[in-house]
Amino acid sequence: MTTGTLALIVLAIAVVGFILGRQRALSLVSGDSRKLHSRPGYYGQVVLLFTAVPALLLMLAWLFLQPIVVENRVSATIPDGVVPEGGSRSLVMSDVRRIADGLDALMSAGRFSEDDLTDMRADFVDVRTRLGEVGVALGSDVQPPVFEAAKLYRDNTSTGRALMTGAVLLVALGLLVWSFTRISPAQRARNASESFVKALLLGASTVAVLTTVGIVASLLLETFNFFKMYPARDFFFSTTWNPQFRGGSDLGIIPLLWGTLYVSLVALLVAVPIGLMIAIYLSEYAGKRVRGFAKPAIEVLAGIPTIVYGLFALITVGPFLRDWLAQPLGLGNSSSSVLTAGLVMGIMLIPFVSSLSDDIINAVPQAMRDGSYALGATQSETVKQVILPAALPGVVGAILLAASRAIGETMIVVMGAGAAARLGLNPLEAMTTVTVKIVSQLTGDTEFASPETLVAFALGLTLFVFTLGLNVLALYIVRKYREQYE
Amino acid sequence: MTDMPHSNGADGIARDSHGGKSLLAVDARTRKRNASEARFRLLGKIAVAIGVLALVGLLASILSSGLSSFRQTYIDIEVYLDPAKLDKEGNRDRAQISKVSTFGYKPLIEQGFMEAIEKSGVSLDGISEKEVAEMLSKEAPAQVRNFVLADVERIGQTAPFEVLAGGRIDGYFKGRVTMESAERDRNVSPAQLELADRLREAGVVKVRFNWDFFTAPDASDTRPEAAGLGVAIIGSAYMMLIVLVLSLPLGVAASIYLEEFAPQNRFTDLIEVNISNLAAVPSIVFGILGLAIFINFAGLPQSAPVVGGLVLTLMTLPTIIIATRASLKSVPPSIREAALGVGASKMQTVFHHVLPLAMPGILTGTIIGLAQALGETAPLLLIGMVAFVREYPAGPPEGFFDPAAALPVQVYNWTQRGDPAFVERASGAIIVLLVFLVVMNIAAILLRRRFERRW
Repeated sequence: MTTGTLALIVLAIAVVGFILGRQRALSLVSGDSRKLHSRPGYYGQVVLLFTAVPALLLMLAWLFLQPIVVENRVSATIPDGVVPEGGSRSLVMSDVRRIADGLDALMSAGRFSEDDLTDMRADFVDVRTRLGEVGVALGSDVQPPVFEAAKLYRDNTSTGRALMTGAVLLVALGLLVWSFTRISPAQRARNASESFVKALLLGASTVAVLTTVGIVASLLLETFNFFKMYPARDFFFSTTWNPQFRGGSDLGIIPLLWGTLYVSLVALLVAVPIGLMIAIYLSEYAGKRVRGFAKPAIEVLAGIPTIVYGLFALITVGPFLRDWLAQPLGLGNSSSSVLTAGLVMGIMLIPFVSSLSDDIINAVPQAMRDGSYALGATQSETVKQVILPAALPGVVGAILLAASRAIGETMIVVMGAGAAARLGLNPLEAMTTVTVKIVSQLTGDTEFASPETLVAFALGLTLFVFTLGLNVLALYIVRKYREQYE
Repeated sequence: MTDMPHSNGADGIARDSHGGKSLLAVDARTRKRNASEARFRLLGKIAVAIGVLALVGLLASILSSGLSSFRQTYIDIEVYLDPAKLDKEGNRDRAQISKVSTFGYKPLIEQGFMEAIEKSGVSLDGISEKEVAEMLSKEAPAQVRNFVLADVERIGQTAPFEVLAGGRIDGYFKGRVTMESAERDRNVSPAQLELADRLREAGVVKVRFNWDFFTAPDASDTRPEAAGLGVAIIGSAYMMLIVLVLSLPLGVAASIYLEEFAPQNRFTDLIEVNISNLAAVPSIVFGILGLAIFINFAGLPQSAPVVGGLVLTLMTLPTIIIATRASLKSVPPSIREAALGVGASKMQTVFHHVLPLAMPGILTGTIIGLAQALGETAPLLLIGMVAFVREYPAGPPEGFFDPAAALPVQVYNWTQRGDPAFVERASGAIIVLLVFLVVMNIAAILLRRRFERRW
């Protein structure tokens, strides 16, 4: 039985529970609902909630925990001798899982039955070719202990599934009967159901916390594994980035950080002056018609996915800069460069800076403008000497938020900045960033437990800390220095 | 008044007691200040112009390179489905016929093409038959093979086909390939292009709307003319479905709790801080989360829409929660007080009165969140959606676990390939993506206009 069907069955039982509960409540008072504490629907609701929710939660937890338990049990049966030199146990386990999947596929293709499998021994049968027939490719011939482990894995998984089905149905039916028997005219059904719903609402709002916990935990765990294989000092202070597939890589973060900061700096140099001037012009000078047209047009830029900007960098801005700037000046001939990525990212950030600054400038009270005009200041003097100083903390906050966006941006730099890790000043040369390397290290075909792959988690953690820090700083500045105009 | 133009100061009507200049005359300092004012205003105009031009340039560049992908060059031929080659046993057994690979079909199609050229009366002008055959797409034999496998009884008949022309021929009619570039190109010669021109006049070769672009799956590096968005559109649709089903109830429930029930305490603060921080976490970090938790830990399959949907759900939740809370907040307290006043419980007040009134705002926020999720690329790269997928995923719910592509990732995929024809495809895919986004945003705006209430 698949998980989906099981969930549907539980829901069906719960709906039946609702109808039964409602009817029982009514029949207890022979149809006179005035004698019930709550309206009859609430009695049904209590039964429904008690039937469905615990059972479904149990199912979720089971689905989550079963692989871990099975993995541990199977892993323990694999003798150390099977683990190849330089490989790891987790690699063998992934083979075990693949074989188990392959056996399932063979079984469903009708190639052999459950009995055949019990008799099948890896020493006699060429498991690799048989699995190849159903499209499961294995790197090497299957060793007998690994094959036995795969069989055990299959057994355990299917037993686990069967147990889960039983347990979930048992919980659903048990709680159905229990809540059904508790129904009486005096039962405070509405209160019970409302407390239950409230608990569910609270549970939903903890998803955000769980996500953060998940992010931090997975990043920290894998980063820890990475530092066990690769010294932290080299990661933070080495100035070369040169991953090798066969080990012996240099994985220094400094060139990546430099590329990230350089691209972000170019982007901010584009976005901040333009965005700020747009905000000033639109809120202080522009008439209603210009504002009504220009503001939405610029905000459209914010709704465009970053892959579109990436393509723009790749097919238009990059070749243009190469042909008209880099080659005539003799500064390089690559179409992906810091300037390409920076310019395009700057365009992406313009609406971000302008709409945040617009809000902040509008929040400066009119009385301050009027005071300044009364002293004879021109409009631009008012903007420069009164409004901007008053709005400064907010503007700084907006710039920091934009910087955090720029640092975490991926697609534009993947398609526009290049892949060569380099410490240089020439903005027309290709450089690479932290996000580009996270993508390239995690999309390659390297094995998961190698430092070349795990470094992506350390890079991700660095990125997470950087952007989080900038955000917290931005909020702090805005709160601390916001002047209260009353 | 200082900036009034000086009219008649020269004849000495308005001089002050010190014998200085006229009030109406503009002194140097004022002129400087006015000039600076004008400069500042100009700067503002320039900035707005840059912003608008950037938008126009972006769209123009994508449209100009992508619109041509909606048209495609086809060749009309008639192919004799030779039983001697396709069904040697002569028993029309589908399993045996399916053993004939596309190589078996190639000569038949080439023969059909030659016949079509002969019939149209176009002279070959000394081009070898091999070169003529090269003008057909490598996908053409597969087209005919699929046709035969769909109905094996057609073997032995002559059937009309509309086969794809090769990528270079297609590029020639769209202006991407020119006579000059053909001379340097190993894959096409100017003579072939001239023949293509003559065949187009004769009506054998034609350019028409490219429906296959929306329905066909991806194609390999050497046949850009056959690449389509079918699998990517299905994959994206599956993910959007998952995001909608998970994030709307979760987001609304979380917002209701935080806005209506949450006590003022540390735990509530923790949740609030978390939500605002999650909104600022770079999207690629969510990809890492998906890879570590959903794929490595929970053992869900790579490249599957279910993993993409879960990751995008977590990314969309903050957007939806923020929008929902704003729209719950905008329902005036008098509504709540009235409901409580006639004896409704807190829960009844919220679910029977506040929530329905806040619904338009919630749906608008949800649509905008979905639009964001639809265009998100970076996290999907990490969970293996870049894989080359040619098989359509099955129908839901099993299809959620099948490998699939996604629209934005397909764009990225195509930009990584060598043949420049894929750039056209990528831009075309972007146009499709943008059309989806525009439709969603217009729906959100209409919803807001139609149902939004001002209290």
